[in-house]
Amino acid sequence: MKFSSEYRDASAAQGYAHEIRRITTQPWTIMEICGGQTHAIVKFGLDELLPKEIELVHGPGCPVCVTPLELIDKAVQIAQRPEVIFCSFGDMLRVPGSEFDLFGIKARGGDVRILYSPLDALKIAKENPAKEIVFFAVGFETTAPAHAMAVYQAKQQGIKNFSVLVSHVLVPPAMEAILGSETNRVQGFLAAGHVCAIMGYAEYIPIAAKYKVPIVVTGFEPLDILQGIAMCVAQLEQGRYEVENQYTRAVPEGGNRGAQHFVKEVFHVVNRKWRGIGEIGASGLSLRPEYAEFDAELRFNVSQYTAEESPLCISGLIMQGQKKPHECAAFGKQCTPEKPLGAPMVSNEGACAAYYRYRRAELATAGKGAR
Amino acid sequence: MSTIKDFTLCCPLPISDYPTVTLAHGGGGKLMHQLIEKMILPAFNSPLLETRHDGAVFELGGARLAFTTDSYVVNPLFFPGGDIGSLAINGTVNDLSMCGARPVYLSCGLILEEGLAMETLWAVVQSLKQSAEAAGVQLVTGDTKVVDRGKGDGVFINTAGVGIVEHGLTIAPSSVRAGDAVLLSGDLGRHGIAIMAMRQGLEFESQIESDCAPLNGAVQALLAGKVAVHCLRDLTRGGLGTTLIEIAEATGLQITIDEMKIPVRDDVAGACEVLGFDPLYLANEGRMIVFVPQGEVTRALELLRGSPHTSGAVEIGRVSEERGGLVKMKSSIGTTRIIDMLSGEQLPRIC
Repeated sequence: MKFSSEYRDASAAQGYAHEIRRITTQPWTIMEICGGQTHAIVKFGLDELLPKEIELVHGPGCPVCVTPLELIDKAVQIAQRPEVIFCSFGDMLRVPGSEFDLFGIKARGGDVRILYSPLDALKIAKENPAKEIVFFAVGFETTAPAHAMAVYQAKQQGIKNFSVLVSHVLVPPAMEAILGSETNRVQGFLAAGHVCAIMGYAEYIPIAAKYKVPIVVTGFEPLDILQGIAMCVAQLEQGRYEVENQYTRAVPEGGNRGAQHFVKEVFHVVNRKWRGIGEIGASGLSLRPEYAEFDAELRFNVSQYTAEESPLCISGLIMQGQKKPHECAAFGKQCTPEKPLGAPMVSNEGACAAYYRYRRAELATAGKGAR
Repeated sequence: MSTIKDFTLCCPLPISDYPTVTLAHGGGGKLMHQLIEKMILPAFNSPLLETRHDGAVFELGGARLAFTTDSYVVNPLFFPGGDIGSLAINGTVNDLSMCGARPVYLSCGLILEEGLAMETLWAVVQSLKQSAEAAGVQLVTGDTKVVDRGKGDGVFINTAGVGIVEHGLTIAPSSVRAGDAVLLSGDLGRHGIAIMAMRQGLEFESQIESDCAPLNGAVQALLAGKVAVHCLRDLTRGGLGTTLIEIAEATGLQITIDEMKIPVRDDVAGACEVLGFDPLYLANEGRMIVFVPQGEVTRALELLRGSPHTSGAVEIGRVSEERGGLVKMKSSIGTTRIIDMLSGEQLPRIC
C-alpha cells in the first residue's frame, strides 16, 4: 500500500539496523514516548534488530493507559444513566474501572457507542434531542483539536444536550516528570510524531537543553522508528543533545496552527492525574470556564469522586520505563487482556498488552532456559 | 477459593468471572472459546461435538454424512456484496464444505421482528432462494416466528444443513502433518470492513464489497482432482489469525506464515491503517485455508484458481516439526513474531 509499504522494506530496515550497530560503542537507554511506536516496535520485532547495547523503554504515551481509574469510574457512572448516550473511541470500552468497564455497562443495557470522530457525537445529539450525549474526550495533543472543535461547534450551534468528559494529557510535562525523577534511566527520547504534527516541536528544545537529552521527533512505521533510533544514537555517541525531526513528511516545526487555535480557544492547561504515576503539574487540558456548560463532570455531578488502584499493578513503573511488563508479578497471571488489572494490558498500544500478545511464548521459553 | 473449586464435581455456573454475557463472548476470540470449553462442551459431552469442527461427520444408514447449523444476526441486513440471506446460505454451505462434504439440503428458520417491512422480508427471501440456487443446494424445511417490536433486529436467520461425504479422507486438524503447505483461497478482510463501513457510515474512495461466497464448488474441485486434502477451515469471525491458532493448538505443531504472501487489497489495508485493525483478525465470509502435502501444492492451487470464488488462491506458509502449537509470522521487514488470539472484538483505537 502506498505511503506505508515503502516504510516496511526489509533491506532498508537491515540498512538502518547495520548503521545503528556500526555507530554504537556503549550502552544507551532510549524511550519511545508514544504507545503507537511501542506497538510497532513489538509487532515488527524491531528491538531484535538492535545491538544489545541499545535498550528501548516504553513511555507513558498511550492515552488509554494513563487515564486515571476514577475517570473510568466516572464514565461508567454517567453511562449507566438511562437518559445518556455515552460515546467513546473504541479502546476505552475495555479499560477496567473499580467495578465495571464500559463494555459491562453496554451488556447491562446502557447505550454505549463507539465513534471515530467526536463530531459524530454532535450529529447524534441533534438526532436525539431528548437524550444527553456525552463524549469521552481522552487523549494527548493529537485528539485535543477534534474534541475542541466538537465543543466549539456545540456552543456555536446552541446544542444543549451534548457534553464531554475530559481527560486530556500533554506530553512535555510527562517527559519532564520522567527526566526529573531520581531513578530516571532514560538518556534519549523518540518524541511522538503525531503529537508534534499538531503542536510542532519548539516546546521540546528547552527540555533537551535543560536535561541534556537528545529528542528525535519520530514516526510510526518500522523504518521511521529505526531511523529515529539511529539519529538518537548518533547524538548520544557524539555527545549532542538537540531536537531533531525524523518525521519531516508529517511534522512542520510550528505544527498545525489552525488546530492549536481551537485547542487554546476551548481548553486551558491544568494539573492532571496520570494512572499509575500520580498528579503531574500543568500536564493536562480542561475546558475553559466559558465552556463549562459542556463539562460532563459538572453536568452529572461526579467531579468529587475518587478511586484507589489495584496494589498489584505496577503500570506506573512500566510507563516511566523503570520496569518491563514481564517483570510484573501479575503479568499473564492475575492480569491478562481478558481480565486486565491496569490499563497498559488493555489497549493495543499498551506496553503490557503488546508484550502479552507478541512476546508471551518467547518469554516463557527464555524463562525455562534460564532455570 | 480455588481449592474449593477443585472438589466441585459440577460447577453450578462455570464462567463465574462474567455474571452476564458480553459481546466479546460471541466475537470469535478467547472469551468465546472459554464459553464453549467451560460451558457448552461439558454440558453435552458428545465425542462428535468434541472434534470442534465446523460440523459433525458421522455414519448413518451406510452413508457418511455431515451436519451443521449456524445463526445469522448481521446488522445491517444488506451490505455491499451480500445480505443476511446470502450469508445464511453460504455460511452453512461453507461449514459443510469444510467437513469435506457435498452440501445437499438446508433448513431455514426465520425470526422476524414485528414491524419489519414486507418488502425487506421479500428481498431477504429472494436472496435466500438465489444463493441456494447458486450454491446448488435445496432449502427443504423451515420455520417462521415473529417477536415483539424491539426484541429483534429486523430478521434473524438460522440455517442447518446436511451434506454427504463421498471420499475416504479424514479432513480435520488431526490429519495435519509437519511439512504441509497452508493455502489461502483469496484476499483477506473485505467482509469485516464492508460491514464496519456500513455500520459506522465510513466512506472510502471505492466501495469495499464483502467476499461472501459459497466454497463448495472449490472444495468439490479439489476432491474430484484427487488432492489429498488434510484440513479445511473457512475464515469467519476471528479471521485468519484465530483460525490458524485453533489448528496449531489442535495439532500441537507450529505454523509459520509469511506476511508478504498474504493478499490484502489496498483499500482494505488502508481502512485497517486508519481504524487500527489488523487484517489477520478481520471477518471473511468466502475465504478458507487448505492444508495439503507439499507435493500437491501446484495442483491444488491450479484447481482452486480455476474455481470462481477461489481464483486468488496462494500459498502463505508451512506447518513445521516444532511442537508448542504456535503460529508465527515473518513480517515484511524480515523479523518474526507470534500471532496471538484476540481477547474480544477488535476495537478501533484512539489515535
